[in-house]
Amino acid sequence: MMILFFLSSGLFLGWSLGANDAANIFGTAVGTRMIRFKTAAIVASIFVILGAVIQGSGASETLGNLGSVSTLAAAFTVALSAALTVYWMTRLKLPVSTSQAIVGAIIGWNLYTNNPTDLGVLSKIITTWISGPIMGGLFAVPLFILVRYLTKKTKTHLLFLDVYTKYGLLLVGAFGAYSLGANNIANVMGVFTTSVHLPVLNLGFVQFSGTQQLFFIGGLAIAVGIITYSRHVMQTVGNTLMPLTSEAAFVVVLSQSLVLFVFSSQGLSNVFQSIGLPAIPLVPVSSSQVVIGAIIGIGMYKGGKQIRFNILGGISLGWIATPLLAGIVAFFMLFFVNNVFKQDVGGDRQLIQITEDIGTENNQTPKADYISKDTLQLNTEITNKKPLVPAAKADEKNQGILYFIIVIIVLFVIIGILGYRMRLQKKRVRLIEARYNAKTESDQLKIERLQQSLNDKLNVQEELGKELKFRQGEMMTMAMSIIRKNEFLDELKSEVVKIKSKVSTPETRQALNKLSLMITQDLSIDRDREKFQMNIHAQHSNFIHKLTEAFPSMTDNEKRLASMLRLNLSSKEIASILNISPKSVEMNRYRLRKKLKVDPKTSLNDFVRDF
Amino acid sequence: MSLLYKNVKQLVFDIDIFIDTVEQGVLVFKEGVINYLNDEKTSFADKIVQIDKLEASADKLQRKIDDEFYRHSILPQNASDIEGMLDKIDEIIDISKDNLYQFDDELPYVPKELRHDYIRLVDTSVEAALNVFPAARAFFREPLKVKEMLAKVYFYEKEADKISRNIKRRLFHDMKDLQLSQKIHLRYFALHIETLSDKAERLADNLSILALKMSL
Repeated sequence: MMILFFLSSGLFLGWSLGANDAANIFGTAVGTRMIRFKTAAIVASIFVILGAVIQGSGASETLGNLGSVSTLAAAFTVALSAALTVYWMTRLKLPVSTSQAIVGAIIGWNLYTNNPTDLGVLSKIITTWISGPIMGGLFAVPLFILVRYLTKKTKTHLLFLDVYTKYGLLLVGAFGAYSLGANNIANVMGVFTTSVHLPVLNLGFVQFSGTQQLFFIGGLAIAVGIITYSRHVMQTVGNTLMPLTSEAAFVVVLSQSLVLFVFSSQGLSNVFQSIGLPAIPLVPVSSSQVVIGAIIGIGMYKGGKQIRFNILGGISLGWIATPLLAGIVAFFMLFFVNNVFKQDVGGDRQLIQITEDIGTENNQTPKADYISKDTLQLNTEITNKKPLVPAAKADEKNQGILYFIIVIIVLFVIIGILGYRMRLQKKRVRLIEARYNAKTESDQLKIERLQQSLNDKLNVQEELGKELKFRQGEMMTMAMSIIRKNEFLDELKSEVVKIKSKVSTPETRQALNKLSLMITQDLSIDRDREKFQMNIHAQHSNFIHKLTEAFPSMTDNEKRLASMLRLNLSSKEIASILNISPKSVEMNRYRLRKKLKVDPKTSLNDFVRDF
Repeated sequence: MSLLYKNVKQLVFDIDIFIDTVEQGVLVFKEGVINYLNDEKTSFADKIVQIDKLEASADKLQRKIDDEFYRHSILPQNASDIEGMLDKIDEIIDISKDNLYQFDDELPYVPKELRHDYIRLVDTSVEAALNVFPAARAFFREPLKVKEMLAKVYFYEKEADKISRNIKRRLFHDMKDLQLSQKIHLRYFALHIETLSDKAERLADNLSILALKMSL
């Protein structure tokens, strides 16, 4: 149970590796529905475990050479630091690789425990990281050319080609899963190989060493990651770098599988050595970065129009930032585990701790009891209790570590500056965007306000227009009624005159005279007319005001005539309303024309209307 | 997986049969129009029955092909494009059937002096359609060759346009004896026949884009 607890960080790392990296193998195939997720998950899980158990030891050995994490607590802390770094960087959407995180965490352990970091091994690892994507590209281009050539040459029917591609994707997917297991199991379980010693398992026909059993458990964790979470990753990030055709996906997965296989195959390395070539470094490489290398290779072959080259910058940043961050996290976590939980983290720290305990508690027995509690640490204890190195050698070692720390600090500063600049840049872009958005918004608001005010004005104008029309109509009706009434009174008056001439009775004549007088009075003093004139004055007050300003010598009658002309009334109608003869109206018009200095070619009505 | 191979083999066969059916339908249409123009009523009636059967068969095949594509997730990235292309092939037999039925339903009066022009029009229009089918077949095996196979389709389509315009011009400029209603009726029949070449041209456009897409 205790072992399982300490293994949990590695298993978590394995789970996240399965969840993320299976997308590199089956992402396009599942994303494009060439292969069902269920089939892909089963194949990937089986082959990942096979690869881990059969061929996982090579890369793990290299990590062991970099730093042999000697206690279970230290291994737990190192794996946890790597896992946290991967988790944190993934959340920040930064390019991250489990391989780089674990290497950084191991170096962190080396630094904390004063264990020397083998720079030769480190340089070998870094070289492999750089060459991984390059090799991915180098494998992908000729493979892509070959696949294309064969497709064209054989003139295979598109539908058959689809079937072959499906078979091919499944096969290279299985190979890819095998290579992933073989190469990347070192990231998951590599740090535990020194501290966890399981007995050999004999199944009769086959034997499994302790390391292989450990790798089997790690492989299971990867498989669980594939089954439980990789579907989501495949569907969301499967095609983010560049949309791939199924044949390109086949080539990419094959290239990635080959690169991972090359960097994990002891047999191939031996073959290389037997023919006089240098041994292949067996190092865990980032499958995602190899995939990126392969895709960029194909993209460059196709003309390079679709490639986002800035992703290369991201990878390079990942090479530095991931191990650095994992190293720092590991260092501090080890400090915490060592000093707070009093767990042995291996290396010189164990000795220092024991020495310190002896020094401080004088006559008491050394506090080695917490070491003895963990029976699995007994071997480690023995291996760690090496004779102390001579002073000169220790100085040399310390100097190396000092250089290393300086380099790391310098890198840290550079990354810090770069990060700060990037942040500034982002901030600036955000600021510009915000300003632009604010301006656009304010402009939009202004436009909307202007539009609103324009609409309001138009509405008011429309309302006024309607009212004007209504008033004009009212005026016309009133004018017409006055005209009709006056015409009727005129007729009535002439009829009274006619009857009067025929009547001889003096009383009747007198009565008729009275009637005629009343009619004449009504014609001259007409309340309706007065009301009409008042209305005209009110309605045309602006016009009359303007007219008075322009022509101060105008009389009230002239102004009234001008207002009536504005209503487009004829001379006869005006005459009737004003109870004057049409000839008088004509005369008044003539005078008005002269006063207003109207051009002879222009009609007086038009002039008054347009004034 | 072997089941998938078997299904795909059947699907390839079905696609070939589908294109053959549409091709036959176009040929039946051509013969049917010629029969009508030559007043061969029995043969014309036969052609109507034939094209009806061919169109029904093409529809059935197309539905089967569609189902197979989705059921076995064949060419998932290009399935919709290919189905679109098969749709356009099917439109050719649909329009051929509709046109032949229009002859049967509306019985247009074609004056003797125009018959030759109509035969030329149907010949050219059908030729445009017949030339697009080899390109559709080639698309599945050699997408790069599709474009060069489509040159004839564009040529015949333009020719059909010219003949159709010429018929319309003659109808409205020279045929004084015909009533306006007859002229308009005949104008529409020229248009119907010409539509076949237009459909072929649309299929050709679709094919050339698809071929380019596949070769990327």
